[in-house]
Parts: sequence; structure tokens; C-alpha cells
Amino acid sequence: MRRIGIDVGGTNTDAVLIAGNRVVRSVKTATTADVNGGILAALTALSRFPEVTAQPVDAVMIGTTHFINAVIQGRSLNRVGALRIGLPAGASLPPFCDWPPALARLVLGEVAMVEGGHDYDGRPFMPLDRRAIAAAAGRFAERGLKAVAISSVFSPIDPSCETEAAAIVREAIPDAAITCSHELGRIGLLERENAALMNAALAELARDTIAAFERAIADSGLRAPLYITQNDGTVMLAAHAMRQPVLSFASGATNSMRGAAFLSGIADAMVVDVGGTTTDIGQLRHGFPREANGVVEIGGVRTLFRMPDLLSIGLGGGSHVEDGGATVGPLSVGHRLTTEALVFGGDRLTTSDVAVAAGLLKLGDPARVASLDPDLVARALARAHAMVEENVDRMKTDAAPLPLIAVGGGAFLIPETVAGVSRVVRVPHGDCANAVGAAIAQVSGEIDQVFQGLPRADAVAAATTLAQERAVAAGADAGTLQTIEVEDIPLAYLPGNALRVRVRVVGDIAAAG
Amino acid sequence: MSYPTTPISLDDIESLSVGAWILGTGGGGSPYLGLLNMRALYAEGRTVSLMDPFDLADDADVAVVSNMGAPLVGQERLTDSRTVARAVEIMARYQGRPFHAVMSLEIGGGNAIQPLMAAAHLGIPVVDADCMGRAFPEAQMTSFAIGDLQPWPLSMADCRGQEAIVARVTSWKWMERLSRKACVELGSVASTCKAPRTGAEVKRWGIHHTTTKAIRLGQAVREAQRRHADPIAAILEAEGGLRIFAGKVSDVARRTTEGFLRGTATIEGLDGERGSRMEIAFQNEWAVAWRDGVPAVTTPDLICVLNAVTGEAIGTETLRYGQRVAVIALPAPPVLMTPKGLDHVGPRAFGYDIEFRSVFAPVSE
Repeated sequence: MRRIGIDVGGTNTDAVLIAGNRVVRSVKTATTADVNGGILAALTALSRFPEVTAQPVDAVMIGTTHFINAVIQGRSLNRVGALRIGLPAGASLPPFCDWPPALARLVLGEVAMVEGGHDYDGRPFMPLDRRAIAAAAGRFAERGLKAVAISSVFSPIDPSCETEAAAIVREAIPDAAITCSHELGRIGLLERENAALMNAALAELARDTIAAFERAIADSGLRAPLYITQNDGTVMLAAHAMRQPVLSFASGATNSMRGAAFLSGIADAMVVDVGGTTTDIGQLRHGFPREANGVVEIGGVRTLFRMPDLLSIGLGGGSHVEDGGATVGPLSVGHRLTTEALVFGGDRLTTSDVAVAAGLLKLGDPARVASLDPDLVARALARAHAMVEENVDRMKTDAAPLPLIAVGGGAFLIPETVAGVSRVVRVPHGDCANAVGAAIAQVSGEIDQVFQGLPRADAVAAATTLAQERAVAAGADAGTLQTIEVEDIPLAYLPGNALRVRVRVVGDIAAAG
Repeated sequence: MSYPTTPISLDDIESLSVGAWILGTGGGGSPYLGLLNMRALYAEGRTVSLMDPFDLADDADVAVVSNMGAPLVGQERLTDSRTVARAVEIMARYQGRPFHAVMSLEIGGGNAIQPLMAAAHLGIPVVDADCMGRAFPEAQMTSFAIGDLQPWPLSMADCRGQEAIVARVTSWKWMERLSRKACVELGSVASTCKAPRTGAEVKRWGIHHTTTKAIRLGQAVREAQRRHADPIAAILEAEGGLRIFAGKVSDVARRTTEGFLRGTATIEGLDGERGSRMEIAFQNEWAVAWRDGVPAVTTPDLICVLNAVTGEAIGTETLRYGQRVAVIALPAPPVLMTPKGLDHVGPRAFGYDIEFRSVFAPVSE
């Protein structure tokens, strides 16, 4: 398998070619305003190497922060028709009820609530009001809305109300981009609905961006299917990603952790990615980032996205060093490092200057930091080390010591020994770990459902089968499936030993048929 | 009858939802959906006011409301402010006269907001009181049950228009059994109006000024968060609480028995507590905490498990492996610590053969 992984970050667009288990080449280029120019430039740079062009490439994987930035900045969003099924429940809390008003003003096209939905055990909650759905679809059509989000009470247990409503909406608006909440989320109607609304709001941007990605690939002369990486370290086909852009919100951080696992060959470890301004700390379990469990707010909207559980602290290669070395960060010179840091002739003392003075890093002109007070250098490094140590310990969930994989351009700030860490691992290509992570992504399937009246083992087995079916439907090779997460929570007050089971499986991408 | 009342601002309700979640001692359900309802009601121009329980006339009629069922179902059906108001109206119809005021069954968790939603629709004041002073899982675990007040009748409503009355029972435990069955049939969530109380009963047996207490607690936490000060210190100061333990969750074992979430959380000590271990047993709410095998805090003292950094309360359903937490104790209302009170809510009521010993100095009345 030969794959190209691309990470479109805020500053750099990185690209790597991986053949089997080996990184063949990696390149770094500047991200461009139009995004696609950067991708084309990175691919062009990569194809200058004969070993890259010698054989065909099987797949291209792109990780991008494009969609999450659109929501956070409130740009390039389209209006959405919101259809909620579940009346008379929830009537006092309609769709968009907990959105920040400024963002709701950009996205809210029309809201409709109709009867239908299910109970936690799959019983119908109310008969589905098909006539009201058709009337709502008519209003959406009159308003010229092309994006529709459909949510229904307990749709993760039984999605039939949403799928039937989607068919009715499709009749009224044949070219509508329809998002059904059960495809995106778990139990928790408001948060799942918010994910669907946000996804629908990104429909046009996703279509344009992914089409442009595909053009960039085609223009570079490659003939390979395009995949987009998701928050959970797996990929979906570009055609699928076009319909579910919200699932790629946090893929940059995930990719760098997965890349660290691949480059080091370690599946269970702490990963510390030190950038210019911030350090992301996460934990790998079975080669995947541990996911955040609770509510994740994006642009002020509560969601339950599958996101890696990351701790970001204000420490990086550009962090300001103040108070004689006692304070490091959170302020940073960021991308102005090459003009403002002492080693580049600037007048701002940064962690990079301290590292050069200590002989940990070769950068700029070392003569400019030769006269730095050795005590200050020692204090600043000790402070950075303490920040890493303290926060690694916060994120660690196992008492046993784990290896720590140090990646990112500022990895020199990570000490050789860290409390609670068995060893610190540094890897070649560690500065392109995110693009490597994109290149090695797999396909996943997940289920989150309440089971009743089944022994625990049977409930978990039933959930695993459903998750495997979803993974295969998403393009996984059935022979390579692995269960990587099983979680069961008994549900208070529900009768019949109700158990909520969440299972996630992953597999390699099935070879194109 | 008309009573002196104080308007509750929306900011008070924001604080109430923070404070109530802490007083929920791990259970009671998140007040978030109730808070959203109140924001919507206030945006429509409706408001709610609070009255002191001691201003109630002896013969005043007071409705006691709560949302009953599984928090998870509430997350899908969402909370509708009108359903709890309907439960009160059903009871008013049944007893043949309207209520003068409404109060909360439990100030811990989402039920702190329920009487406010009812009051906003019915135009009656909220009594600054409840009958738990925290959250508890069962119907007989209230100060009214401790006072042997009449447990019936109870009205129940779901959002679809189903209505039920439990007309008569011989004990609070029978009320728990019958009402729980009906609630499960409605999909494991229902709005209820418990046995109505007279003003005299509320004054004698209610747990007083808990709404304002929860608001103050929430204000202290929000203020500390704004100032980037330690929110846990703010909670302890506001409530006269004690810091019990600090550590990292190393295991959570949950099981469902008889319709409740039961289990044990294990926390490995950090910082000053390194080398020590705390185990906390729960039945929906935190019940008993052992430090290195020795009982450290037991119900009815309030055991709260908080996010060590934000001070945010963590529920028994959401606590997970690896979280860094602070365990604190807050004082329980005196009525819960009487011999009769301990029969209802002491460690033995939860199946632990342990003598209750408060971590706080004995309260002299």
C-alpha cells in the first residue's frame, strides 16, 4: 500500500508518502489562503523525488481544520431548515435554543417540530406525522433552503423516523443536502441535533472544499481515491466526508497522535506535541487517541462529537520567557519566531533562544544568546519541564509508567526524564507526525445503544456485530476488523437491567474492487 | 392570600443551576435543560419570585414538585416547563382548590429548577425550601417522610397528555413502589406533584432556605471562576464544607440493581494524599466514602466529587477513569441527622452497617 498523507494546518501544509510501514519522503510547504494551492504545492514538492513517482499511489488522505474554523469564525456557512421529530416532547426547547445568537442568526433558516420519535426501548413514542413533515418540507422549499437537518427523539436507538422524513424532504427539495442526526451522534437530543445543524450549515462549504481537494489531486497528476481524516483517527471517502464535514473537526490533533504511534511503533503511550504556541497532550490507547467523554463546545455550541481528549497548554517553541526564567508562556511570538526571537536578531526572549543557549537546539545565530545568564536558562528549562510533567500526569489514566512520544517542532522542550513516564521517545519525521497520521488512518464503525434483558456479554456481542457492520459499510476490509473500545454503563431507574453499550471497531481500508 | 416575595433574576437562576448540581452529590440529573427552559420563559417576559417559608399561613396549600425518572431519558425527551405545571394543575383539580405556592422536592440537581418552571406558568411564588436539602434516590428519603406526614396523593403527567393519580398508599415506601411503576410505563420520565403540604407542615418539616443557599453557592463558584480563583475553596467557604480527599479516579464499577445506578468509585490520592486511597459507594448519589478502608464520610453528610480544576460537580453517571477530582463534604440539614432521620437516610438505609458520624461538629439546635 502506498499512501500520501496531507495535513493542512494553519501555518504549514505537510505531505508524506508512506509505503507499507516506511515513510518514503516528507515535505513541508506554506499553507495558502485558498488551501488548495498549498496542497498542490506540497504534492508538487513531493513528486520531485523519483521514488515517489516510481509507482502509483493507492490513496490520498487529507486532514484539515477548514470546517471547524468556518464555524468558529462564522464564515462560509449556509442557512438550514431544522426539522425535529418528537412532539409533544421538547416543544419548549426548539432547535437552535442554546446556540449563541450571532451564530444562530447566520444559520437558522426555518424551524419545524412534528410528532413522532421513539422511547429508550424502541417503542414508538408518538405516531410519525408524515403530513406535517411534508408541510415543513414545503416551507423549506419556499424559503429556498437547500440544507436540512433532521433530528428525532431516541434516533440512535431507532433511526426510522429520520430516514423516512429524509425521503419526504427529498421529494420536496430533490437537491437538498440532508443531515440525519443519528448518523452523527449519540444519546442526548440537543447535542446530537446541534451536530446535525452544524453539519448542514457546512454543506456548501464541504462540497466546494472537497471538490477543490479533488481538483488539486487531479491537477497534480495523481490518480488515487481521496479520503478525509476524522476526529477519531480514521478516514472516510471524500464523497462521504462531503456529507459529514463535522466529523473531521479535530482531525489535526488526532493525526499527530496517530502519526506518533506509527513512527514509534508504540500503541499505548502519552503523546506530547509541542508546536510554536501550544502543546497538546493526549493519551494513545491501542494506537488511537483516548476520546473525550462529555460535552464539547464548538463556537459556543454544545455537541457530543467524538473528539480526542486533549489538554492544550500555553507552551511552545515561541513562548515568551519572563521573570528571569520563572515564567514561560502562555504568550508566544508564534509564526514571528524568525523575526522576533533573539537568535534571529529580534529582542524577545523565547524558549527557542533558551534551548539554543543550552545547546539543545541549533537555530539562528547562537552567538546572540551566548551571554544569557546560565541560571536563567536553567530556570526557564526547568519551568518548561515542570509544565510538561505536571500536565502529562494530569492526562495519564494509568498508574503504571507509560512511554512518552515527543513530537512537533518544539519537542526539544520535553525533558529526557518525566515523572510517571518510563522513557521519552523521539522519532524521525516527528515534525510531520500529523501528515503521517493522515496517511495511516483506518476506517471505523461505532455503535452506542441501550440493550435490555440481555446478559452483559450478549449485549456487548450484539453491539460489536452492529459496529462491525457499520465499519464494513464505511469501506473497511472485514478481515482486518479489530475492536478497540468497549464501554458499558448500566442506566439508573430504567427497568430490566438496561445497559448502554458503546463499541468501536476499526479496520484497514478495503482494496478498491 | 398574598405573601411578601422577592423576584428571582435570570442570573440567580444561572447560579442556582450551578449550586444545585453541586448539592446533587453526584445524582439528581443536570439542571442544564431546566435552565434553558427558564431562559426561554424569561425571554418571553415571564418571571418567578421567591418567598420565605415562614411567611406561609398555616393553612396555605403548597405543591411539592419533582421530575421523576432516568436522567438519560430526559436527555432525549428534553424537559418541557409546561409538563410540571400540568402535574400541579392535576393535583389542584383533584383536591378541589388551587395552590398558593410551589416548592421543590429536592434542591440537588435538576429538580431545583422544576418549581420555578411551574411557578412561571402558574403565577404563584416558589417557597425557599425543599425536603431533602440535597438529592436522594427514593420517595421515603425526605424530611416530610421523616416527619411521618401523609404520603398521598401524588399526581403524575407525561408530555403526551397521560395523567395518573396515586390516590392512597399505606406508607412512603408504597408510594415509591407504585409511582415508580407508573413512571416506567410512561417511558421512565414523568413530572410529579407529590402529596400537598400545608404551610404549617412546610414550616415544621421543610428544609428551609435551600433555594437561596444553592443560589449563593452557585454565585460563589461563578465568581471564583471569573476571578480565576480556586472554585473549590469558594464552595468550602460558602457552605462551611471540608476538603476530604484529592486524587485521580482509578476505577469505577457500576451496576444497575432494582432500577438504580449503584457502584463504587476508587480514587488514588495525589499531592498530600499520595499513598492513600478513597472508595466511594453510590446509589445514584454518593453514599459512603472510605479512606484506606475506614469510613470517612457517610450519608446524610453531603459527599461531593468535583473537577479538581474547575470545581464543577461530577455525576455518578459521568465519573470516569483518570479524572482528577477533589472530594469534599458539606453539612447535612439537622433533621436528616436525628435518629428518625437516620432511619430514612443514614448509612443503614442504603445497606451499609455503619454508624453515622458527621465529619462536622454536632449541630446544637
